Amino acid sequence: MNWLAPFQYPFMVEALLISALVGIVCAVFSCYLVLKGWSLMGDAISHAVLPGIVLAYLCGLPLAVGAFAAGLICAMSIGWIKSSTRIKEDTVMGIVFTGMFALGLVLFTKVQTEAHLNHILFGNLLGIEREDLIQTVVVSFLTLAMVLILRKDLMLFCFDPAHARAIGLSTVILHYLLLALLSGTIVASMQAVGILLVVAMLVTPGCTARLLCHRLDRMLVLATLSSVIASCLGVYVSFFINGSTGACIVLAQSFLFALAFVWRGRQSKRTTALN
Amino acid sequence: MILSLEASSVTVAYPNGHTALRDATFKLGAGTIAALVGINGSGKSTLFKALMGFVKPVKGQIHIAGLSVEQARKQKLVAYVPQSEEVDWTFPVSVWDVVMMGRYGHMNFLRIPSAEDKRVVSESLERVGMKEYQERQIGELSGGQKKRVFLARALAQSGQIILLDEPFTGVDVTTEEAIIALLRTLRDEGRIILVSTHNLGSVPEFCDQVVLVNRTVLASGPLEEVFTEQNLRQAFGGALRQFHFEHSTIQDHDGKTVKLLTDDERPLVFGKDGHLEYKDRSGREDLVNKRKEEVGE
Ligand SMILES: Nc1ncnc2c1ncn2[C@@H]1O[C@H](COP(=O)(O)OP(=O)(O)OP(=O)(O)O)[C@@H](O)[C@H]1O
Ligand SMILES: [Mg+2]
Repeated sequence: MNWLAPFQYPFMVEALLISALVGIVCAVFSCYLVLKGWSLMGDAISHAVLPGIVLAYLCGLPLAVGAFAAGLICAMSIGWIKSSTRIKEDTVMGIVFTGMFALGLVLFTKVQTEAHLNHILFGNLLGIEREDLIQTVVVSFLTLAMVLILRKDLMLFCFDPAHARAIGLSTVILHYLLLALLSGTIVASMQAVGILLVVAMLVTPGCTARLLCHRLDRMLVLATLSSVIASCLGVYVSFFINGSTGACIVLAQSFLFALAFVWRGRQSKRTTALN
Repeated sequence: MILSLEASSVTVAYPNGHTALRDATFKLGAGTIAALVGINGSGKSTLFKALMGFVKPVKGQIHIAGLSVEQARKQKLVAYVPQSEEVDWTFPVSVWDVVMMGRYGHMNFLRIPSAEDKRVVSESLERVGMKEYQERQIGELSGGQKKRVFLARALAQSGQIILLDEPFTGVDVTTEEAIIALLRTLRDEGRIILVSTHNLGSVPEFCDQVVLVNRTVLASGPLEEVFTEQNLRQAFGGALRQFHFEHSTIQDHDGKTVKLLTDDERPLVFGKDGHLEYKDRSGREDLVNKRKEEVGE
């Protein structure tokens, strides 16, 4: 077996580069998502983008636009239903995202589209179209830039919203901004791993890094590192086993998380033994 | 700009229809420590929230140095330490990071700290005696230490008006005294400090103004005028425990001393004619002299 074989194919090199880029965006954002405790929201929005994608296709709009809009609609209706009833947020999410996902599936069967349903659900990194590629890259850079510019404000919003308000930041705007960035991240990573597994990209790197460090700065670096390694490893391995690229990436993410978990367990045992 | 804090006929109602404060009026001038005193649910925290603009009064106005609450916030005049911090204590930030958050209002949108920001943060940590803990994760502190960190964050905001909602609950005597000393130096720098507290006994020790609340401002003004037995009775209803010393125990042949032990709170003691008894007599020489004169008569 030739270990360098994947690098001889342009589509593989391209896939590695995109997966690394998506890995970076997801990793940086996942730190905030994990700290805010919004993992379930990530799951909800990632499912809810489906009807948006189908409708965008019908209207001839870029799929990313439809997905982004559907994501925001999902987040806003969750917020609206929660604030006007006594139902708990996680329950509302369950209702809204399954409803929207089902709507997406129904719409999909009604219209014959070239975009294969499987590609949307499970990603299509190796066969990515030029247009989708450009969308992914643009959305990735926009989202990443926004998160990095606002990283201190987002940190404050996640840690102590009351103080954010006290110094004159609008927590309402920050709340919806974080939701918009979440939708953006999902749109960016949709092509790589598909909307069913996106949530793994959104939480695992942050969690892995959270296990290993106690400072946000280091957490961001570590999450990015683990996410990029997992993305590239997943793409690389999928070449040899001919498996789903998205699934391989997510599996690699879980593997790194498991490593971090075990390592930390041993580490804390050692420190208690020392004391 | 003349520093002042003024509320006129402020009425605050919560969305559930409960009117927590009605027609609250008071005024504080520069260089003062004012106690905000009242029973549970009397509207102390609500008043703070109104001063911060977190709840909008349905009626009345608040003026901070002549500005509206919104303008005062833009000028970074007010710093606030809430009654309890609703933060995620496992969050990966250090004590230093938390205090630095107090400087965000002074930074541009990228929030990159300048040398000045770092100096202020370091100084604030020193003032509350938490400098040596600056690298600790915020959750790895005791309750009293956490309170001091958030006090340091308020200091780092360099606000001219500092609002403290019950800073002494869960704080030991040493820390309480350290905080009081700190508040005194802040007052001497010309700031306005408004402190809510249940600890009546410590009020005469460090406050010069008092605002008594019970769903409205019952009385406000200089300590000697407002902090009277009658006003306190009105503010607290039957909620105050009281104990009268037998007259004979404070006669001259006993050396005029009585021992009074309390579990946690400093007792509030009214002397002859209802004047306040102070432990700390510095700055009260006139009162001491007056009593001496009376004895000489
Ligand atoms: N968010 C809220 N919604 C509705 N009512 C509230 C809310 N917060 C406080 N209240 C009510 O307003 C009144 C005043 O509350 P506040 O918190 O100002 O009291 P407090 O004087 O600070 O009491 P404590 O000494 O217990 O801190 C109380 O009757 C309380 O039940
Ligand atoms: Mg209160």
